[in-house]
Amino acid sequence: MTYIIKPVNHHPNLEKNALGLTRRDYEGTISTLCAGCGHDSISAAVIEACYDLSLASDQIAKLSGIGCSSKSPSYFLNQAHGFNSVHGRMPSVATGANLGNQDLLYLGVSGDGDTAGIGIGQFMHAARRQLNITYIVENNGTYGLTKGQFSATNDQGSKSKYGEENVLAPIDLAAMAIQLGAGFVGRSFSGDKDQLVPLLKAAMKFKGFSLIDIISPCVTFNNHVGSTKSYDHIREHNESVSSLDFVPIGQEIKTSYNEGSKVDVPLHDGAILTLEKLSKKYNPLDKGLAVQSLNEAEKNGKVLTGLLYINPEIKDHAEILNISDTPLNQFSDKELCPGSNKLAKVNASLN
Amino acid sequence: MSKLASINEFVIKFANVNGSGSASANQMIAKGIFRSGIPVSPKNIFPSNIQGLPTWFEIRASEKGYLGRKAGIDFMVAMNPQSYIQDVAEINPGGYLLYDSSWKREFHREDINIIEVPLTSLCVDEFQNPKTRLLFKNLVYVGALSYLMSIKKDIFIELIEEQFKGKEKLIAPNVQALEMGFNYAKKHLVDACDIKVNQKNLTDGMILTNGNNAGGLGCVYGGATVCAWYPITPSTSLAESYKKYCDQFRVDEKTGKNKFAFVQAEDELASIGMAIGANWNGARAFTATSGPGISLMTEFVGLAYFAEIPVVIFNIQRGGPSTGMPTRTQQSDILSCAYASHGDTKHVMLIPSDPKECFEFAAESFDISDRLQTPVFVLSDLDIGMNDWTCPEFEWDDAREFDRGKVLSKDDLDKMESWGRYLDADGDGIPFRTLPGTHPEKGAYFTRGSSHDEYARYVEDGEINARNLSRILKKFEGAHKFLPKPIFKQDINASSKGLIYFGSTEAAMQESLDQLSASGFPIDAMRVRSFPFSAEVWDFIDQHEFVFLVEQNRDAQMKTLMLSEGNINPEKFISVLSFDGAPITADFISESIIEIMSDKDTSKTAEEIK
Ligand SMILES: Cc1ncc(C[n+]2csc(CCOP(=O)(O)OP(=O)(O)O)c2C)c(N)n1
Ligand code: SF4
Ligand SMILES: [Mg+2]
Repeated sequence: MTYIIKPVNHHPNLEKNALGLTRRDYEGTISTLCAGCGHDSISAAVIEACYDLSLASDQIAKLSGIGCSSKSPSYFLNQAHGFNSVHGRMPSVATGANLGNQDLLYLGVSGDGDTAGIGIGQFMHAARRQLNITYIVENNGTYGLTKGQFSATNDQGSKSKYGEENVLAPIDLAAMAIQLGAGFVGRSFSGDKDQLVPLLKAAMKFKGFSLIDIISPCVTFNNHVGSTKSYDHIREHNESVSSLDFVPIGQEIKTSYNEGSKVDVPLHDGAILTLEKLSKKYNPLDKGLAVQSLNEAEKNGKVLTGLLYINPEIKDHAEILNISDTPLNQFSDKELCPGSNKLAKVNASLN
Repeated sequence: MSKLASINEFVIKFANVNGSGSASANQMIAKGIFRSGIPVSPKNIFPSNIQGLPTWFEIRASEKGYLGRKAGIDFMVAMNPQSYIQDVAEINPGGYLLYDSSWKREFHREDINIIEVPLTSLCVDEFQNPKTRLLFKNLVYVGALSYLMSIKKDIFIELIEEQFKGKEKLIAPNVQALEMGFNYAKKHLVDACDIKVNQKNLTDGMILTNGNNAGGLGCVYGGATVCAWYPITPSTSLAESYKKYCDQFRVDEKTGKNKFAFVQAEDELASIGMAIGANWNGARAFTATSGPGISLMTEFVGLAYFAEIPVVIFNIQRGGPSTGMPTRTQQSDILSCAYASHGDTKHVMLIPSDPKECFEFAAESFDISDRLQTPVFVLSDLDIGMNDWTCPEFEWDDAREFDRGKVLSKDDLDKMESWGRYLDADGDGIPFRTLPGTHPEKGAYFTRGSSHDEYARYVEDGEINARNLSRILKKFEGAHKFLPKPIFKQDINASSKGLIYFGSTEAAMQESLDQLSASGFPIDAMRVRSFPFSAEVWDFIDQHEFVFLVEQNRDAQMKTLMLSEGNINPEKFISVLSFDGAPITADFISESIIEIMSDKDTSKTAEEIK
């Protein structure tokens, strides 16, 4: 937000993080979404995760497409630059932004229409490129902003508010991202903060493409009986594959897990992700198994949540392109312009 | 039989099969003439095909510097039986036809001179490998032409040595093939050809290059760090040139890492999105495309316009509409660029006319785009982009600094009481911007394509939106200050008639103006180089009774643009339009104008019209 200096009234006793900031410092403008919209819970979870990680908001860029979901970056992190781009095309803007300055933390916020419909090509290519972004899909199975049409993630047989049945099979963005080589793929539910916040924190610390597909019910158009993206339906069919703890560098792992069910995954900066596998069969480092489990769950009408897949060895887009460690937007004229002597050589090569 | 005789003024054309390796031999002839000190304009006429179809390469050599395309061929090297009929028909009376007489042919033209060289037989006798035989055939005709036209053989040997630097083994057989052709002609074709090259020094200080090579280089010099593109003829080689020069100049010696990013996007929706994203972060970025890509990019162009994000878009125009003629030239995207995107939008356009301007405008486009915080189109075309032009050497002033426009630093922000992203603080319509990550507490805002107020807040208040749109228009109206001015072909107006042209038409214009003067119709000419138009453009139109507008499109798009932007009586404009996909010729321009003038003034003599 551009600024007009105004006094900040914080409650003196609000808890502070390592940067001396309170949760309120991570807030955005007041939401204009419908009361009860899942997207608002996700904004709250983002605030929580950034607060917990003591992130500096100004080092975060939040980008989105178009939709109710894509509006939500306004509702968190006031001190972060935001970019509400065009429908379905946030991934390319984020890719360019990242090329310009890979030092910022990129938070992409999109909807299921934005990502699985108009923007599916860009989504797939961003995943394939290992764009270093935390890509959040606020998935409600519907086009909220245009008033309730089916989206491509809507389940076959699910009913619209007006009783119409969806006849097409859904696109599973998580399975697709895993197959495209995304390094971090999770699924969660806007109503499950305990699962969502650690997942977000881990995703933000992950270097590479991290997708979190978050089921986020649309209370106005897709929260009725017969919809498979309603609060009730998700609560009943949610099956968590893992519970997750994010341990920043230098901190000890405090949580104790049952021997044998624990997996430690070291991240790029030395932080550690500790996972408790809730199902013996599941291993989030196994790509094939992850895809297979997602397919099976879909068949059984279950929604698998948690960290579905992680590949900590991935290189991100900037590394793949061998881009200098100094961000490209920070070079001086002299460092970029080859000058007249070199031009004389070019001239000599052209006559 | 009469033989065309000419020194340093001729057109030679090569008819080949696409993919037969002829391109480098033909290029060698062009360079050979250029290095003989004679200006040349080689043109590649190629199908949208990789192998098998006919392709042509046309070289005009002119010591007068008339380098536009010219219809009618003085010397035809016919290497493709598939196109013989058409090729032979094109030869001027008294002209020459050189063909591979390993298979004797009748050509049924009494008025041309047939030159027989048994290229294949010579190669079969000399070289073993069937594949190399095919390639060497091309060098044999280079050798023959060297003798026939008196182009110094040493120049070609030098060119071969340069071409195979690092693969020295290949030099000897190539030179051998060249010598074979030369010696054959010397023995059998004495006095066969009266078209000659006579060494001069007219190309000192000149280079032979194409606009895409120059444009890519200009982007490096202009400080572009991100190129996001999607392959499309005829723009691809601009992106590739950028990459080529970045590999030379932008790799950190110590770390081996790149001070640039080169991304082949999945489509043009993505390439422009990436370029916008990078510019949003303050990294200079561009994309290069052609008509179909422009169509796809328009939604994003509107976003960059309205959210005021710099971005540079090269449009190397080709024949439209739709897929059209991908390998032919046109100037038919004037309107689709000037008004790209929905809603009230207008865009800055730079219109280079030769490779040197492609270099300069490319470098300048980033300053202009940063200064105005708006998309800038650089409108080149296939003729400039993909054909080599004889043009002055590139120049660079080392004292020059990039103009990054109104970007606030952390210090600036610290000193400011308040700031609004879209506030017209200076009264020039250009607001101040901030880059992400500049300041921990100040300067963050939400960039959006939806209506916003001066503080970048989302608003649906029509009055505020109208105010914002008016400010953006004000910015646009002041843009001409930063843009290249028109160029006049004369110091002062001498005629009541004016002529406006732009872009690649430059190549044909001097010749045409000379022809018109010689025919008793002198005309004042102005070349437009940018949009929005400056006062000079309107004055020139004002100062002439009527104005010819020469364009390479069907619908007189530049005329439409001028009529819609200026206060002009439409009757004043007379269009001269060429849109067959071939570069416009001086003859076409002059003949069209003379015909119109003669019609218009049947009652007056040429002298009176002046
Ligand atoms: C090019 C284009 N086409 C159509 C629209 C209209 N539109 C706006 S939002 C939207 C759907 C958004 O759905 P989703 O991404 O699922 O977001 P939600 O509102 O459900 O959170 C559409 C079709 C648009 N803005 N741009
Ligand atoms: S329409 Fe649906 S998605 Fe949009 S704000 Fe309302 S509840 Fe949320
Ligand atoms: Mg949706």
